[in-house]
Amino acid sequence: MTTLISIPIMGILAILQSSIVSRLPLLHGTADLILLMIVAWALQKRVDTPWQWCIIGGLMFNIVSAVPFGIPLLGYALTTAIALLLRRRVWQVPVLAMILVTFLGTLISQSITLLALRVVGSSISIPQALNLVMLPSLLMNILFAVPAYSLASELADWLYPEEIKV
Amino acid sequence: MTFSRSLQSIVFILIALGIVGLALGGYLTPVSRILLDPVVTAQTWIATRYQAIQDFVSAPQDTIRLRQRNAELEAEISRLQTQVIELQQQLSVTNILSALVDFARANPENTYQAASVIGYDASPFVRYVLINLGSDQGLRRGMPVVTQAGLVGRVAAVTASAARVQLITDPASSVNVRLQPSGAQAVLTGQITGDVLLDMIPQEANVQTGELVLTSGLGGGYPPDLLIGQVSSTRSQAQALFQSATIQTVVDFSQLEIVLVITNFQPIDTEPLLPQEETP
Repeated sequence: MTTLISIPIMGILAILQSSIVSRLPLLHGTADLILLMIVAWALQKRVDTPWQWCIIGGLMFNIVSAVPFGIPLLGYALTTAIALLLRRRVWQVPVLAMILVTFLGTLISQSITLLALRVVGSSISIPQALNLVMLPSLLMNILFAVPAYSLASELADWLYPEEIKV
Repeated sequence: MTFSRSLQSIVFILIALGIVGLALGGYLTPVSRILLDPVVTAQTWIATRYQAIQDFVSAPQDTIRLRQRNAELEAEISRLQTQVIELQQQLSVTNILSALVDFARANPENTYQAASVIGYDASPFVRYVLINLGSDQGLRRGMPVVTQAGLVGRVAAVTASAARVQLITDPASSVNVRLQPSGAQAVLTGQITGDVLLDMIPQEANVQTGELVLTSGLGGGYPPDLLIGQVSSTRSQAQALFQSATIQTVVDFSQLEIVLVITNFQPIDTEPLLPQEETP
C-alpha cells in the first residue's frame, strides 16, 4: 500500500517539477521536489519503505529529464542511505536531520549528475556549475526542506497510524 | 334676534375678509411664522420617527434583496473576469499561431507541425523541453524545431504522444553555422548559463558585431539557413587557432509556448562516415 501510493505521489511531484519548479530558477538552480520527498520520507520514524520510494522517485525523475538513465536513481540511493544512517543517530531532532540530509543529498546527487554529463560529452564548466546551479539549488532545497518534512510527517501519520497501548 | 345673528355674521365675514386682506398684503407673516413654526417642528419630528419605524420594519426584506443582488453581480463580475482572462489567453495563442503560420508561409519548402511546450527538463544541468506531439503524429528523432523567430533545437527522444526537444542552449548541443555577410563557418555550442557560444571561427575571418548567425546545413543535423541570432561580441587571441563569439539568440528560450517541428527534414547520420580506429 505505502509503496503503491508512492507512484502517484512521485508522479505528481515529477509533473510539478517539470511544469512549474523548472520554470522558477534561482540563477540557474532549481529545487528538487523528488529528492526532498525521498529524504523527508526516509527520515520518518515508522516508515519502512524508503528504498521503494527512492527507486520510484529516481525512475519518475528520468521520465521528465534527459539526464542519463539511472543517474538520478544513484544519487537518490546514496541520499537515502545517508538519511537512514542519520535517522538512527539523530532521530530526536528530525528537522535538523532533514536539513543536513538535504544539504548532503543535493551535493551528492548533483555532483553525480554533473560527472555523468561530463563523461557523456557535455561541456559543462565545473566552476559555473557550482556557482550557478549547485549552490542556488542547495539554497532552494534547504528552503523547501522543512515544509517537505511536515508534509511527509502528515502522510506518514496517515499511512502508519501510531499504535495505542491499552 | 334675527337681526343680531345677521349682524354677527356680517362682522365675522368682515373680520375674515380683513384677515384675508391682511394676509394677502403680507401683514400676517410674522404672526403665521409664530403659529406655524411649532407645527412644522412637531410634524417634522413625527414624520422622522415614522420613517425610522417604517425603515426598521421593511429593512430586512430590502437587505436580503440587496444581498442577493450583490451576490448576483459579484458572480457576474467573476464570470466576466474569467472570460476576459480566457479571451486574453486565446488572443495570445492566436497571435503566436498567426506568427507561426506567417513563418510557415514564408518558408514553403518545409512542412511543419505545431506543438505546445508542456514542460521543461527537471534537471538544471540540461536544457530540454517536452512537447505534446509524438510518434503518433509523425515525429521522429532528429527533426528540427523552430519558432517564427528562429531555431529552437531538435527532437532528441520520442514517445507515442510526446517528445523531448534538445534546445540549442543545452551544453551538449552543437550546431554548424555560417555567419552573414562574412560567410565564415563556425560551431555553435550551448552553455550551462543558457547562453550560446560561437566557436571555431577561422582566425582569418573578419567577423563583425551584428552579423547574422544561420544554420549552415553541414553535418546534416539541421537544414540550412535557419536563423539563430546575431553576433554580440567577438574574441580573438593572437596565439589561438580560432576566434570565438557570443551570440544574442532571436528565440527567448524561457518563454517557449508553441513551437513548429519541421517534419519533412531527414537528419543525416554521418557517424558511419567517420574514420574508425583500427584495432590491433
